[in-house]
Parts: sequence; C-alpha cells; structure tokens
Amino acid sequence: MLQVVKPVDGLVRVNDFVVKFANVNGSGSASANQMFGKAILRMGVPAATRNIFPSNIQGLPTWYEIRVSEAGYLGAREGTDFMVAMNPQTWDQDIASILPGGYLFYDSSRVVPESRLRNDIVIIGMPLTELCNRVYTDPRQRQLFKNIIYVGAIAALLDIEIEVLEALIAEQFKAKEKLISANIQALHMGRDYAQTNLQCPIGLRVRRSTAVGDRIAIEGNAAAGLGAVYGGATVAAWYPITPSTSLVEGFQKYCTRFRVDKQTGAHNFAIVQAEDELSSIGMVIGASWNGARAFTATSGPGISLMQEFFGLAYFAEIPAVIFDVQRAGPSTGMPTRTQQCDILACAYASHGDTKHVLLFPEDPYECFTFGAQAFDLAERLQTPVFVLLDLDIGMNERLTRPLVWDDSKKMDRGKVMTAQELEAGKEFGRYLDADGDGITYRTYPGTHPTRGSFFTRGTSKDRYARYTEAGAAYEDNMQRLLRKFATAATLVPAPVVRPASRPTKLGAIYYGSTTPAMLEAADLLAADGIELDLMRVRAFPFSDVVNGFIEAHEKVFVVEQNRDAQLRTLLVNELEIDPARLPKILHYDGSPVTARQIAGKIKGHAALTARSFERSAS
Amino acid sequence: MSFLPKPKLHHPGLLPNALGYTRRDYEGAISTLCAGCGHDSISAAIVHACFQMDLPPHRIAKLSGIGCSSKTPTYFLGSSHGFNSVHGRMPSVLTGANLANRDLIYLGVSGDGDSASIGLGQFAHSMRRGVNMVYIVENNGVYGLTKGQFSATADKGAKSKRGVANNDEAIDLVSMAIQLGASFVGRSFSGDKAQLIPLIQAALAHPGAAFIDCISPCVTFNNHQGSTKSFDYVREHNEAVNMLDVITGRDEITVDYAPGAVEIVEQHDGSLLRLRKLAGDYDVSSRAEALNFLQHHHAKGEIVTGLLYLDPEPEEMHSHLKTAATPLNALDETDLCPGSAALEALNATLR
Repeated sequence: MLQVVKPVDGLVRVNDFVVKFANVNGSGSASANQMFGKAILRMGVPAATRNIFPSNIQGLPTWYEIRVSEAGYLGAREGTDFMVAMNPQTWDQDIASILPGGYLFYDSSRVVPESRLRNDIVIIGMPLTELCNRVYTDPRQRQLFKNIIYVGAIAALLDIEIEVLEALIAEQFKAKEKLISANIQALHMGRDYAQTNLQCPIGLRVRRSTAVGDRIAIEGNAAAGLGAVYGGATVAAWYPITPSTSLVEGFQKYCTRFRVDKQTGAHNFAIVQAEDELSSIGMVIGASWNGARAFTATSGPGISLMQEFFGLAYFAEIPAVIFDVQRAGPSTGMPTRTQQCDILACAYASHGDTKHVLLFPEDPYECFTFGAQAFDLAERLQTPVFVLLDLDIGMNERLTRPLVWDDSKKMDRGKVMTAQELEAGKEFGRYLDADGDGITYRTYPGTHPTRGSFFTRGTSKDRYARYTEAGAAYEDNMQRLLRKFATAATLVPAPVVRPASRPTKLGAIYYGSTTPAMLEAADLLAADGIELDLMRVRAFPFSDVVNGFIEAHEKVFVVEQNRDAQLRTLLVNELEIDPARLPKILHYDGSPVTARQIAGKIKGHAALTARSFERSAS
Repeated sequence: MSFLPKPKLHHPGLLPNALGYTRRDYEGAISTLCAGCGHDSISAAIVHACFQMDLPPHRIAKLSGIGCSSKTPTYFLGSSHGFNSVHGRMPSVLTGANLANRDLIYLGVSGDGDSASIGLGQFAHSMRRGVNMVYIVENNGVYGLTKGQFSATADKGAKSKRGVANNDEAIDLVSMAIQLGASFVGRSFSGDKAQLIPLIQAALAHPGAAFIDCISPCVTFNNHQGSTKSFDYVREHNEAVNMLDVITGRDEITVDYAPGAVEIVEQHDGSLLRLRKLAGDYDVSSRAEALNFLQHHHAKGEIVTGLLYLDPEPEEMHSHLKTAATPLNALDETDLCPGSAALEALNATLR
C-alpha cells in the first residue's frame, strides 16, 4: 500500500495549529493521545488539549483536540489543521473539518475511494493496521500499539522530539521494563516508517520554546479536589455524575496520599458514595452542622435534586460546599458537553426567598484556590457556597500557573462559640446578630453540658432559635439574612479588570472557562480597532466594583455559555441595571466557546453598528 | 404552636443519677402533640432510658425529619443539640453528623410517613451503611399533620377514620431493617413502657445501626374500630417474643430462671442484655429465622414485638471507612493541610 500525496501546498505554521484525533471510544487511544499532547508541553510550547467524548463506554466516536499556540491562546479554535482520522464512522465530518491546506493522516490499509477525500488538503496515508498485524498477534496488542505507532509517525511529521516521547513512556510505565521497551519499539516503528516512506517534516512543526515557563497541566476537577484537601475538608458525600466524578476521585487520591496515618492506617477523612444526590447533600449538611468541613460534587441534575436541602442550609444557616461541574442542560441534556447553565439554578436555589454565594474559577489554578477558599467562606458565612466549574475546565488537562499555598494560613472556622466562652457566661443567641454583620454565632453539638444547645430547624424561629410564626420575628430574620449577603459581597473573590490599551466606552463581562477565548477575542477585536475593557466576574454576590465597571461604560457585553444570559439576569436583577446597556453574547451548542465566535458576535452586534460606537470612544 | 417554656420547678425529692442530673435535665419543652398521643410516651421512655443510663445529655445529638414524630425531639433532652431536617431525609443528615464526630450518641426520630414513604430510600441506605445510631420510627400508620391520610405502613384492608379501606400492601420496616443489615432490630408499642425502655437502653448501648419500630397509635386519626394501629388492636394482637433487661456493671443477676428461659448477651461495651424468652423457639441471632417468624405471625394478624435481631459485635460505618479515632471535626491544619512543600513537589510531577 502506497501513500497518496496530492500536489497541494500544505499549511506552513510553527507552534500555531490544531491537531485533532478522531477515535472510537474504548479503543485505548486516550492515553496515547494524551502522551502526544504532553510531549508538546514538554517541548515548552503552550498547548490546550480537549477531550470531546460521548456519554458511552465503548464504540461511539470520540475526539482529542490539541491546540498548539506559542502565543498562549488556550481557548478552543474552530477548524483542524492536522486530522488523525482513525474512526470510519465520523470520516466524512472529520474530513470536512480540515481547513484548506490542512493535512489528513489516515490508516491506508484499506483503500478509500477518491470521492470521500478532498483535493484541497494534503493526504498522508499510512498502513497502520497492516503494520500492526504483521508484528503483533494478540488483537488487543494490535489495537493498543496501533495508537503508539501513529504517535511515532506523527511525531516525525511534526518534528516532535522523539526523546521527549520516550521519556514520557518511561514515566508512564514506571519500572515495568517490558512495557517500556514494547512501547518504545512501537513508537520507533511509527517514526521509522514515516521517515522512510513519508515526507518529514511537513509544514506544521513544533519547535522547542520557553513559552510554557513553569506552568503545570492539571484537570480542573483534580485541582478542585486537591483544593478541598488543602482547605481542610474531611467529609465528602457524593453520587456519581458526569462531569463531576473525577473531582471526588481527585479528593480521594490526594487524601490517600496526604491524609492516611503511616503507622495506623487511620484516615483523616471520610468519603461516602451516597445513594443519590439528596442523600449526599444531606450528609454534607449533617457533617457541617456538626463542625466538619464537608462538600459534595455534582452537576446540573444533582443541583435540581438538592434544591430542598439548599433552602434548609440557607435558612438554618449551615455551611456547605457544592462543586457543580456544569454540563449542558436542561434535564439530562448533553451530559458530556460543556455549558455555564446552572448560574440561576444555584444563585436562587430552593423555594422561598433565597440567595447563594457562587464562585467562578477560570482555570485549574482557581479551581484549587477557590476549592480551598470555599470552605472558609462557607464557615464564615454559615451558608452554602457553590463553586461553579464546567466540563471544559473540569475534565480537560489545562495549562495553568503552578499551585501555591501559604503555610501561615489558618482555616477561618467562622463564629463558633466555645465551651469556655459559654462557661464564662457569654450571651448565646443562635440567630442573634451580635456584631451587626448579619453573621451569628453557632455552637457545635456536644460543646457544653448545660449551655449553648439549640434546635436547628427549617421552620421560622426567633433570634434564640425558638420556633415562631410571628411575622415580625420572621421579617427580622429575613432582613438579617440580607445583611449577611451584603457581608458576603465583601468577602468573596473580587472581579479582575483588564483595561483596554486606550480609553473606551465599551466593556465586556465574562467568567469561568470563557477566559481564554475572551482574552483572544479581545486581541482579535483590538486588531480590528474595537477596544474593550474587560472584567472577569469571579463571584456572586457582586462587589461594588462590578457596578462601578458597568456605570463607567455605555455598553457592556456579557459573554456567557448558556442560552438565556443567566449572569446578565443576575446583574440586571441584583444591581438594577437597564438591560439595554448589557448586550448578550451567547454560545450554547455544548462546545467550548471560541475567540472567533465571541469576536464575530461582538463585531456584528447592533450596539457596535450604532454611530456612537464607531471606532469606540476615541 | 409557639415555643412553650416549661416551668422551672424542681421536685425536691427528684433523685440525681450518677452524673448528678435529675430526670428533669433530660426533659424538653412541653409537647404540643394531641393529648394522649403515643409519641409522648415514647419521648418519656427516651427521657427515662437516658437518665437511667447516666448519659450526659449534651453528648446526645437528636435528629428528625418532618411530621408529628419528628417534632418530638423538642420535647425531650433539652440540653442536647437537635436538628429537625427535611421530610424523609433525617438518615442522611444523621449519617453526615456521625461522620463529623464519631464520639456523640446519635438518636434519630422519624415517623412512618417520614421513613416508609418519602424517606424509604434513606432509611434503607442508612441501615446498609451500619451507621452507629438509634433510629426510632414512631409508627402510627397515618399522616397526622395533614389530617389522616394512610401512610405506607398502614396494613392492607385497614380502615381509615372515614371508613375507607387501604388497598396497598404495608411496608414492614422491621423486616426491611433486618434484611438490610441493621445489627439491632426491635419492635415495641408506645403503650408498653416496660418493654420499650429497656429496648431503647439496649439500642443506645449498641455500637451499630439500631432500629426500633414503635407502634404509636394516633389518638386523633387512627384509633378507631377497623384500624390495625389503634391502642385496642395492638394490645390484642401484641405477640412479644422476649422481655429485655439491660444490666450495666453495677447490677447483679440475682433472679434464677428456668434453664433455656433466659439468654444473656454481652454487648460490646461490657453491658449485658438479659432476654427472657416468651416465644420459646425464637432465636435473636438469626436474620433468616427472624424474617420467617415475622412473616408467619404477620399472616396471622399478629404484631411481633421485642428484640427481634441482634448482632452483638457489629461493624459500623467508621470501621469500614477506617476513620481516625479523633473526631474529624476536631482536626486542624496540621492534621489536614499537606502544606506548600508537598504542593511544590506535586507541581513538579505535573509538568
């Protein structure tokens, strides 16, 4: 079988292109592809990797996308420059996604009719199956080594250093010499074939760089789980749900590493897989009531199920940390696709008048820091705190600042009255606002033989936790909860403002995983003469800075990954802003938003075509 | 239904227990339930049991769901922290509380609607997990606060106050608890203090999942002719398999019984349970036989009461989880936070 090379001028780019692997779910391709992505990072070149996968165990299509970007743009980008088409099921759509001048790499063991190819791309065929069948007899080996063989071949095509891949193989299989040599042999087989039979390297190349710096690559879920370890969480109760499962698995992994007594084997943590989400949040609330730091991790359907308990925790004032790794809703929606669609369901969770604290981490670094900080906030404020990740940051390894921890930091356990204080006769009213910040004192069960006990309930009560349906006492309590929420606005992470390079009356607000696409979009827009001041909102309730930013601009685009502009609804509702000043820029098809999508929608927006905004405020 | 403080009068003759507390120290606010409600007898039995066992009141945490029975924790153990949670979800809240501090005694109080209807799942899973607790269902077969609808423990064919028969099969929580792995299972009757108090005491001493189904007639909505949860019906059909005495270290066994009539079971904490057998062939150590016995007698319309199943050496949740002996809520940064050096080492593996 010979390669077919069409006489097309292929794209020529160094450290700036997108490679996409199309595979069949369960074929063992994921680890080979990940190794390939890691090799690019090890060469010092920033790259963003994304798994695009179905809600399925075996057999359905899956993709692995690597955006290589010397400039450090880590958002998704449309179009593929180099397609590794290993899945006949998705062949046509995969071929169609290649940009003109891009490259197709495929298994040429079977002849592909001309009609299913394109004449404006470079076609590189390699008889992978034939090669494998010749060398390996075991069917599983044929499958697994095929993945390594294509990695070797593509490394040669893209000029990736083979030593880097060899080192990664050695690390992956640790001391298992047999596996290491077998994998390296397969890697070389691929590389040698490519160097002998294909034109290497092609126009797309990876060139060693220092742009990665000291950054690390970690999944947001793992980083959040680690944050919970550093934040002092001891109880995790959860129910498996994509895309949050790996968060608790991360907590488990790091607890096993850091929290098991070497001598006794005793665990300084407890992880319970509950029977459903109602039970997991119930356990979290019970544990928090009893003075442990507790959390659950879930996704949209779990948030829906937990609503009644959120109301209890809000009204009875019990800390709780909820990691919501958002996926596309409503209902079962698209379980393996990303969205920022639970903002309102969390902000106003449960019946009656409620408001909750939300945190919006942008990357694994913030998943870690917010993951730890959430426990301080929950205990300081005695209320549920929601950390809103999404599938895009939760389940993809993302290049991020190295994680840091200040050893002088102490946990903020909030206002907890001790046995000594009770003994000394300090007045205790569970819902008595002694300090005027809306936050009251609590006691842990079992603290003092005769003082400080109280009855926790979801029914209304007076300042001393006594049941009452008296209207004045009820209003008094509800007003205090608002004061507490105002205090929360001063404690949550402040927004991050990035001014444009010159004064402008236009701004954009964004949050969470939208960051890399938004920053790149701002660069694209600036190149077109449209300057935007940017503000990344990191929490709800909004600090005064948010209001000030909107006041200072005539129009502020609100960029979100949901259909209904949920953060904008919160801005309008909570800050009483004229909706006309907040044009929506929305993306919600389940894929991560791209810079070109944001820039295109902002450029085409009526707000920009109106005269007053031509060339911005210059 | 506002909070009613109890008059702080103490009878001068009230005797203190070994800790110096009187019975009054184990009481709570005045009950707002209907006069004659079975639940109040259960509250009194809890007070009595805890007083007699010399339990420090503040070391007990009492948790409940929603309903008449779930209101009762306000009416006993006033110096204990209480948690009236959401309907049917007491078991998960209690489980979480227990995870946070394994050193307190956990008393869960629930009803038949709370545990057999809306909360059946949580009831079942807390038994499976072996949560160290006493779980009491105050079982009257009806919803009282919403005025007399059948609950899931109402017997098939039982009649409501308006004369309507229940068409649905009853859930037997005792059989479920035995089948699901509870290590202490009993059933009693709110009208039988002599049986109920020792059963609660034995359950409090039991280091595992202890479940007590206590038939507790609703005087307002389910105490009529045709009900199978009325005082009269339960008295007539009560089939006690044994009578229980809890013997702590201070007591001595002085009475002689005929051979085979008494079984002494040593509990984990050293206390002894003395079982006077009433049904000669009943074996409390066999789940299979207990289930068989319950089925046979249920078919005859009898309500089997007493200690129905006991595993004196149970494994509770924390032993599965290998949790540290120090309660998790007492750990601080030094125990919990791996620190910056560990983080830097971890960063190095992520490049």
